[in-house]
Amino acid sequence: MSDTRDTTGSPDTTDTVDTTGTVDTVAAPAPAPADSPPVQARWSGRRAPRGRRAATLTAGVVLLLALPFYVTSFWLQTGLFAMAAVIGAIGLNLLSGTTGQLSLGHAFFLAVGAYGYVWLAAEPSGTGAGSLYGLGLPPVLAFVLAIVLAGAAGGLFSPISGRLRGMYLGIATLALVFLGHHMMLNAPHVTGGFNGRSVPPLDIFGFSFTDTSPDGLAVLGVPFGGLERLWYVGLALVAVAWLAARNILRGRPGRALGAVRDSEVAAAVMGVHLTRYRASAFIVSSMYAGAAGALLALVFKRVVPDHFGLLLSIDYLAMIVIGGLGSVGGAACGAVFVALIPHLLTKYADDLPLLTAPGTTGSGVSPGDAARYLYGTAIVLVLIFAPGGLAGLAHRRPRRKGDGSPRTRRFPLRTRTAPKEHTP
Amino acid sequence: MIKLTETVLNGLALGSVYALIALGFVVIFKASGVMNFAHGSLLLFGGYVTARLHDAIGFIPAVLVGAALAAALAGLVQLLATRGLRGAEIHTLTILTIGVDVLLSTELNRQVGADYLTMGDPWGADVTRLGSITVADARIASIAVAIIVIGAFFAAFRWSRWGLSMRSAAADPEAAALMGIRLDRVRLIAWCVAGALAALAAVFLAAFPAPGLDRTTSQIALSAFPAAILGGMDSAVGALIGSLVIGLTAAMAAGYQNELSVLGAGFSDVAPYLVMVLVLLVRPTGLFGSKELTRV
Repeated sequence: MSDTRDTTGSPDTTDTVDTTGTVDTVAAPAPAPADSPPVQARWSGRRAPRGRRAATLTAGVVLLLALPFYVTSFWLQTGLFAMAAVIGAIGLNLLSGTTGQLSLGHAFFLAVGAYGYVWLAAEPSGTGAGSLYGLGLPPVLAFVLAIVLAGAAGGLFSPISGRLRGMYLGIATLALVFLGHHMMLNAPHVTGGFNGRSVPPLDIFGFSFTDTSPDGLAVLGVPFGGLERLWYVGLALVAVAWLAARNILRGRPGRALGAVRDSEVAAAVMGVHLTRYRASAFIVSSMYAGAAGALLALVFKRVVPDHFGLLLSIDYLAMIVIGGLGSVGGAACGAVFVALIPHLLTKYADDLPLLTAPGTTGSGVSPGDAARYLYGTAIVLVLIFAPGGLAGLAHRRPRRKGDGSPRTRRFPLRTRTAPKEHTP
Repeated sequence: MIKLTETVLNGLALGSVYALIALGFVVIFKASGVMNFAHGSLLLFGGYVTARLHDAIGFIPAVLVGAALAAALAGLVQLLATRGLRGAEIHTLTILTIGVDVLLSTELNRQVGADYLTMGDPWGADVTRLGSITVADARIASIAVAIIVIGAFFAAFRWSRWGLSMRSAAADPEAAALMGIRLDRVRLIAWCVAGALAALAAVFLAAFPAPGLDRTTSQIALSAFPAAILGGMDSAVGALIGSLVIGLTAAMAAGYQNELSVLGAGFSDVAPYLVMVLVLLVRPTGLFGSKELTRV
């Protein structure tokens, strides 16, 4: 018998199914036995052997650790921007890729993280109308609290994020960006208003992540300035963000979130508390954005409201789409792609055809525009030809003769019209 | 009292322009389930064509050509989006329109540059005085045109063959397809209609007292998102009422900004979003949106 149910509310019917104390087994799928293959086993056939994977990973990590000894500060700075983007993109991917909740409000949470860090870490300064508030907390504590603050902002939004679905949520998050921008401009004592505010440097027990204190620090003969020192902070943050996301995705919450994306009804029946999981995904994703924003602030050394506009949100959507929805590694690759392109095009504008360096007059395309052309095209092409994104391409099974199965997608895309039941 | 009347008239004019845009959103959403983020670019494109052509061929023909070209561009986007991605997830299509918007808006911004393009409209900076109330002619014209166009739209929606197929396709695509309705064609026309409406809206967005068409015009078009959402994405009547609410809100917030200075400068730009969030808190699918029911 069919039963019409409104899924916009919180379906906690399963909680009342059984009152004999076995609610837990009803309310959630039984945890997989310890010796069952991990979730990734599905793809293990297509993966490189374990040894080679480990070797590649080690080589990559060593390369990243060694980079500050070899490359110029331009590359370090660009790399740090990319790291912030990676953290933010992993967070958005948890929300939009895994849980299927479209969010255009990521820039707002980045802003909360960035300004939260500045406000918590800065000493109060100035007097009268130009005065700036600040709590003067130790920067490390401020960094952590900024992430918490972003999470709290995401939590405050949970009455919306938990209940709204689809496009409604997308546009509601769009409102966050505009309202946030408005608040940033109109709270000059906290944000510094239109011209922004300078960022107090990170420092851990007197070791400062700037060019000074300790002065003239050199490792193996290479001078270690602020960017070199921040590089390792960034790497550590990316590693933590990556591992945390992987663990979330491979554990029970990850499966619940995937179930919410694939079928809300099925998820609810399995005991996934839809409202709670949707709101939690939103909070976790805002905390990632907060971390990304705080790191971005440290690299920029100055935060201005106009950076955190709708375009930034769209950048992040582009990252996860190009990388492949639902994949942590894909999000990271997409983030590096989208974050690097404008910087690279600006740096090499003189050497590339059709481009004009900013500030000069010429008929060519400015690097910023060219970057937007490139990633706009990338979104369109990826969605049409490789819906799984970069991650999907990497995991695609080589097609065999006589293999009638459709092209494997890492995440099966939902059909447009859900199969429905016709009542006579 | 005079100020209130003027503000309300301004709000109605603004609302009528938003209605043209929001109806486009709703038509596209009903037909293909996509939130069209490229709408702002379509609007800017239509306005740009009109602004470039009006010297050569006159205002009315330029508007018609602008609307036709915007409709064609919208149709092209639809062909690219939905035909290229048959069976893909709705979210994917929505993000695709964002990608298209990035491309279109970058190109249009380069073309428009930092200038204000005039639309060559016949109203110019004229105003009409009714007693002690002053209203810009362009605003009266926008209300009149919007009433005519939207009336025609609703008539078509209600009585024409296209309207019938459109409504049945929105109600149940599968059944409609089985009854011989060509869904692709219905969708294509829906997108074209939306594009033409957007181009028309661009003319009034750029008319007096706005200084002209510039690159931020497509940003203003974004304010029609709250209008469409507020009324409920799948309700044409809702879009109308939502547009009026948003238009009045924006006009009130702008007209009484001195009284509202507590809320910060530029509040009128974000007031529509605030109203939308408040409404969504109470009604998650907008005022007139159909509640999502799931059969288990």
